[in-house]
Amino acid sequence: MNIVIAGAAETDELGKLPHMSTAQLHLQAARNALADAGMTKADIDGVATVGMPGPIQIAHELGITPAWLDGTGVGGSSFLFHVRHAAAAIRAGLCTTVLITHGESGRSRIGAPRPALGPDSLIGQFELPYGVLGPPTMFTLTALRYMKETGLTHEQLAEVAVAQRRWAHLNPRAMYQDLITVEDVLASRMVAYPFHLLECCLVTDGGGALIVTTEERARRSPVYLLGSGESAESPIISQMEDFTTSAAFRRSGEAAFAEAGISHDDVDHLMIYDAFAHVPIYGLEDLGFVKRGEAGPFIAEGHTSPGGRLPLNTNGGGLSYTHTGMYGMFAIQESVRQLRGEAAAQVPGVEVGVVLGNGGMFASAATLVLSNHRP
Amino acid sequence: MTASHKPVPKPTPETQPFWDGTAEGRLRIQRCLACSRHYFYPRPACPHCGSDDVTWVTASGRATLYSYVINHRPAPGFEQDGPYAIAVVELEEGVRMMTNIVGVEITPENLPLDMELRVVFEQRGDVHVPLFTPASAGAAV
Repeated sequence: MNIVIAGAAETDELGKLPHMSTAQLHLQAARNALADAGMTKADIDGVATVGMPGPIQIAHELGITPAWLDGTGVGGSSFLFHVRHAAAAIRAGLCTTVLITHGESGRSRIGAPRPALGPDSLIGQFELPYGVLGPPTMFTLTALRYMKETGLTHEQLAEVAVAQRRWAHLNPRAMYQDLITVEDVLASRMVAYPFHLLECCLVTDGGGALIVTTEERARRSPVYLLGSGESAESPIISQMEDFTTSAAFRRSGEAAFAEAGISHDDVDHLMIYDAFAHVPIYGLEDLGFVKRGEAGPFIAEGHTSPGGRLPLNTNGGGLSYTHTGMYGMFAIQESVRQLRGEAAAQVPGVEVGVVLGNGGMFASAATLVLSNHRP
Repeated sequence: MTASHKPVPKPTPETQPFWDGTAEGRLRIQRCLACSRHYFYPRPACPHCGSDDVTWVTASGRATLYSYVINHRPAPGFEQDGPYAIAVVELEEGVRMMTNIVGVEITPENLPLDMELRVVFEQRGDVHVPLFTPASAGAAV
């Protein structure tokens, strides 16, 4: 049974949308994805989403009575998990067509109270007392160790932001489109040494949705799911086993490549969740595209930039395109656009795309291998 | 040393021995009696071998600097600190924990990775939080 992405769409707008609640972002993305698929809500019998308002409300607001729900919430990678879980559920006969939605008022915080992390939680006892303030002070903690062990330079770290802005420069929907230099990055405000503002992701409002079903039920040329993998490591960054490599990235990537039966040379296009500039460096190495310590020079030499041999984060990524908080949905959306030949910064001849999603701070990861060719 | 406006951890049953230890000026971690390995954060069973034959031991308090950031956007309670180091240190016993580095001007030049550190404790409310200072620094922090 071939599982496909039969519909994919984002909200009409991304960025600063104080006129839309979190639920509205979900629902607009869902309606756009249904239209993209040529389907109606009557075709949907499974619903998956993460966070508030959750799959019950999303199904109810859309008027769907689901036969299958998935509320897997493991951070920004959750939507990749949903695709994988939906594929398994469809193959098991639990449902036929799954709607996966994301909406997040990450910037405007409309209809989306922040979850409180109590002083008796794991992070409340062992990280919050040290003045951490969100991902910029936690996700970033691994970088100095990586730099010491591999020789990655501050300039090479800045090159990640420069390379992704080159893609965003070609994308009218990207939040930031003006080209930048390494000097611009290093001159931007220090957020948490060694990370400058331009090495940190955006905070935006927006949403996206996918429809996963069987090849037979698809009503437009589908994108095939060739393989997937998922894993997790530590719930708090301080307990990550090795600060220079993500075990969850490695395990999820190995599983996805093995199921798809592909090698690295088969990959035409790559999306790696980039909450901060070091994450694509880890992703390139942990997925096995380059050897340890080579990713920084690889990016700095332009291999992931427009015209390079491994186009990476071609929408501009979380650093330049959009980052609502749970960015994984947008990484999948760009992979689908590239495979359909519909991307703003279209790479010629894309047949196989890989998406690596991160959740939390290297806490969870999932990898999808997608193609416009039947497996 | 007190810092009453900084976040105060609230112990839970499995972490109470850790926080009881810090109140006595001791850094306590768990050790597995089946596989002899130490572990942190507090858990009922060994994450390495799965045994629940575990005990609490007092760590030496000696550590090295594994990684850090210097935060320029202070969290609530840290507004008066200036840029501060959020660090992960590796204890002599092999486990790692998050902490702050104190007793030294917080600059990249003063904080080379793998520098030697020792534990000190800061009282917050009813709880004492373990912080680390350069091993070469004087007793007063």
